[in-house]
Amino acid sequence: MELRAPMCDTFIHVDVVIPTQTKYLALIASIGERIAKELDNFTGDREALSYQLNLVLTEATVNVIKHACEDDIKNCVRVTINLQEDALNIKVYDYGQGFDLEAVPLPDLDHPGESGMGLFLIRSLMDSVTYTQHADYNVLEIIKYLK
Amino acid sequence: MNLKQEKINDYSVLTILDERIDAHNSGELKVYLLQMIEGGEKRIIVHLGHVRFIDSSGLGALLSGNKQVLARSGEFALTNIQKQVLSMFELTRLNRVFDIHDDFTESFGNGT
Repeated sequence: MELRAPMCDTFIHVDVVIPTQTKYLALIASIGERIAKELDNFTGDREALSYQLNLVLTEATVNVIKHACEDDIKNCVRVTINLQEDALNIKVYDYGQGFDLEAVPLPDLDHPGESGMGLFLIRSLMDSVTYTQHADYNVLEIIKYLK
Repeated sequence: MNLKQEKINDYSVLTILDERIDAHNSGELKVYLLQMIEGGEKRIIVHLGHVRFIDSSGLGALLSGNKQVLARSGEFALTNIQKQVLSMFELTRLNRVFDIHDDFTESFGNGT
């Protein structure tokens, strides 16, 4: 983890790499929770935002862990969190096959299943969610505007 | 996962002692509930008072228990859900699926 002094429009930049193991979820999530407490100008519900960042980081990381190839040598998840003046930008990098975000079906809330809620929760709680596939990595980019 | 199971007023009460239910421990919770149900428990209450955080897999584990108990015509209830955790049930509309009680003692007594 790296905490940098302000550069350009970035106030806090966190960059974490963890193995694709669920035991590290609490670590990633706690960083998000902690950042929510540092937002000086945020006037909304801080407890709710703290929970939301915890959840979004957990779900996004689980998504990578679930789809990670076990014998892949690049068996890790990289998460960056950028706190800017009016937005929080989260990027979750994976090195797997990738997927089509637009093809992920919405869960049927009238007949809830035991899985398939993760991306729905991220999209419900955040302002922008995109997934981009590159030659040797993919990135899920999540933006939350801070009011 | 840290769990406490006890019998109170004819209910099997499962208290989750961990603060987080996420993909790391939700599988264990799901299996534990299934074993309780297969062992014949038909009136199950899950006490969530210590739980500060739940993710979608945690909701899924509780949903699995709920389905199995209702399929056996039993009772499955959740109690003492913290505010932010409850918001997850609301967002997924699972508050309409589960039998949710604010306070265990108020709804089910203190066992004396």
